Amino acid sequence: MANFSLKVNGKTEQIDVDPTTPMLWVLRDHLKLVGTKFGCGIAQCGACTVHLGDNAVRSCQLPVSAVGEQSITTIEGLSENGDHPVQKAWIEEDVYQCGYCQAGQIMNASAFLKKNPNPSDVEIEDAMNGNICRCGTYTRIKKAIKNAANSSNA
Amino acid sequence: MTLIKTTYNRRSFIKSSALAGGGMVIGFSWLASCNPTPEQVNNMPKEWFDINGFLKIGDNGMVTIMSPNPEIGQNVKTSMPMIVAEELDTDWDNVIVEQAPLNTDIFQRQLAGGSQSIRAGWQGLRMAGATARHMLIAAAAEAWQVPASEITTAAGTITHKASNKSAGYGEMASSAATMTVPEEVSLKDIKDFVIIGTDRRNVDGPNLVTGKSLFGIDIQEEGMLIAMIIHPPAFGLTYKSMDADSVKSMPGIKDVFPIDVYPEGVEKQWSDGGAIDKLVAIVGESTWQCMQAKKALNVEWEKTSTLESTEGHNEAITKLLNTSSKEPARKDGDVASAFKKSAQIIERTYSAPFLAHNTMEPMNFYADVTGERAILNGPVQTPEFLEKTLASRLDLPLEKIDIKMTRMGGGFGRRLYGTFGVEAAVISQKMQAPIKLVYTREDDMTQGTYRPTYKVKYKAGLDKDGNLIAWHVKGAGSNDDLIFENRFPAGAVDNYLAEKFTLETNVTTGAWRAPRSNFIAGAEQAFLDEVAEAAGKDPIEFRLELFDRAIKDPVGDPKNNDYDPERYAGVLKLVREKSGWDGNQKNGTARGVSSYYCHNSYVAQILDLSTDVSPPKVNKVWCAVDCGIVINPMAAKNQIEGGIIDGIGHATYSEMTFEDGKPQHSNFDTYRLIRHKEAPKEIESFFVDNGIDPTGLGEPSLPPVIGALANALYRATGQRHYNQPFITEKSVIG
Repeated sequence: MANFSLKVNGKTEQIDVDPTTPMLWVLRDHLKLVGTKFGCGIAQCGACTVHLGDNAVRSCQLPVSAVGEQSITTIEGLSENGDHPVQKAWIEEDVYQCGYCQAGQIMNASAFLKKNPNPSDVEIEDAMNGNICRCGTYTRIKKAIKNAANSSNA
Repeated sequence: MTLIKTTYNRRSFIKSSALAGGGMVIGFSWLASCNPTPEQVNNMPKEWFDINGFLKIGDNGMVTIMSPNPEIGQNVKTSMPMIVAEELDTDWDNVIVEQAPLNTDIFQRQLAGGSQSIRAGWQGLRMAGATARHMLIAAAAEAWQVPASEITTAAGTITHKASNKSAGYGEMASSAATMTVPEEVSLKDIKDFVIIGTDRRNVDGPNLVTGKSLFGIDIQEEGMLIAMIIHPPAFGLTYKSMDADSVKSMPGIKDVFPIDVYPEGVEKQWSDGGAIDKLVAIVGESTWQCMQAKKALNVEWEKTSTLESTEGHNEAITKLLNTSSKEPARKDGDVASAFKKSAQIIERTYSAPFLAHNTMEPMNFYADVTGERAILNGPVQTPEFLEKTLASRLDLPLEKIDIKMTRMGGGFGRRLYGTFGVEAAVISQKMQAPIKLVYTREDDMTQGTYRPTYKVKYKAGLDKDGNLIAWHVKGAGSNDDLIFENRFPAGAVDNYLAEKFTLETNVTTGAWRAPRSNFIAGAEQAFLDEVAEAAGKDPIEFRLELFDRAIKDPVGDPKNNDYDPERYAGVLKLVREKSGWDGNQKNGTARGVSSYYCHNSYVAQILDLSTDVSPPKVNKVWCAVDCGIVINPMAAKNQIEGGIIDGIGHATYSEMTFEDGKPQHSNFDTYRLIRHKEAPKEIESFFVDNGIDPTGLGEPSLPPVIGALANALYRATGQRHYNQPFITEKSVIG
């Protein structure tokens, strides 16, 4: 066990855990931030995506000891009032079915749009290909990302 | 206007409702989810009045509607309350939806499965809303001393025009709650619907996009421990022994022990399918600690039955199809002599592998079991059956078992089999502590109730004019006999023979989204395409001719046919019109058509592949659906789109195989699911507007699309696809 001081959603959190513990479980079990989801545990599905700095990362493969000073943003901290353009676009398009993968999809999409505010369809597909949606909401996700891009650029 | 008899039982009207929460608790959970403004907080009712088990009305006119059925992503948590709100005649913006717990005194069929929630719930939901509206009117009539028949309602307001009186529902709620429950109530005319048939966004949307705790796996309770299981690594093995002491001292680990989930004498329900009687449980403080212990623990297993392999399954199923059944499932005319007379005979065999359900949220359940009572909460499609098994296993009366339902991260049939709920309860009982059982992805994928592996052989005979005169279908599946003998084209062919066989396997199987149809539809529709081609006919015309035969001169008693040929033909004609199908292939695209009836709904699809890329890509799917009245078109289309993508994905990429009883895929690195790049670029859905009572949509769009894809692939590449996943054959989509 070891002590870590983490910057999560703009707050500093102190925790005492095994250094190998993936951020996914630090968030879910220790910080009670359950919006970040467990899907596969091997970085194949994207359900656990969070932002490390400005980058979308798979929190199931990110040991707490590797985080250091970098800030972590989870779905709970993406916006203060749930009104990030990507969140708004998701509601507008009524994207979700079961909804379980969508936090990861939203976190991946929001990091992607920050880097590429005017993506083509192919760029969206490439960027999102690591996020599985078992319900098959892919066409709505793509539409929502395009809408979010347009609204941010408006 | 339709009058219906009300059928409430006594418990529906008990004022101190047995439902979870009550009063401000409900308001709180709603507000907490939406980052409420101070204005919204002030707008919350001071008091709620129970009108019946389905709804309560606040003193300010806000309405809480209980959603009775489990939510697995089929959107019943929005669409079922919409039906109540419609008949209550309230403004949807004033409705708060709450998930009901299991309560068999109030609610009927709290089950998610078979695309039946809306169809089975339709009348009861309308009745609940209409009864409440009736009681509000009765309260107003009494207060105003005017005849109830002169009172009208609209959007949560009660009006008596003649005396110029009006009141909000909130003002009449307290007296409405004391009114006599009417023996019969009138329902709205379809043309007067203002909520049903309009797009309403998912009530959980704001919670989903902000990561609120909604799912079973999100449950956090005071003093709660985490539990994990280890199940036998292969079908045919069972628990023998382990070295528990080696991991008990690991950090955070509370206990490690074998559990008899289903000891002898426990009365199992059908929902205990796929049960593993004996498992190893690991209980600890955190998930990661349990995972570490799970990895370090050595468990010995012993062989108790055959260790089966995919090769063996395939050989055995092929052998079955080479035999003849003594009693065919259906026989019309004489296929043998018809084949002799046929100018052309087409014979093809199709197959599909086992599939895992792979819900994105792995199986999990919360349980707090003490000597006297059990409290459970989690994602299960069959809470009523889970409760019965628990009563037997824990030796508790039903009323001492409370089951709450969380939103589910997918079901697809997997959560019909709530054995994980029983496991959680048994572990909690042993620990005498609340626990949350969580499966890893590997646990989830390597045990369960797989979609059976299937094989079907079709033989069709055409006369010299290209008329279908004989049809012979022979099907088999693992622990399932596959064939729906009375579905199309039964009733449309003079000489028809259906035979079915079951291969017994110890690989556990169960319902997987659109059971049987998820394979047989694709096979049948791909075969029909070949037969139409051999007949020299347009594939849509060929099908319509058969439907016409079933309409005008059905073979056998039409009551035996499990479909309505007019509705079937209707969706096919609609999709033909919408897609501009003229039988020709346009440059750069290849089209396939398919239609199927299952779960009481009719679907026809046309799928366009872009052939100017390699491998070809699904450009667009047109989908026509007849599911009667559409409650929420926006959500209905979502179900259709999901089913189509699910069907394309599994038929193209997914399979579970076995070697010596051991599942050969345990995670998404080797078990391939469809991803963003492979999904259709566009899906457009159309509904037949016929005012017929609604049927379901969770499943019907999946089965036919596999046929549409196979048929389009043939036109794109010249190659027919017979064996799923198609990626194992030459041409695939990308």
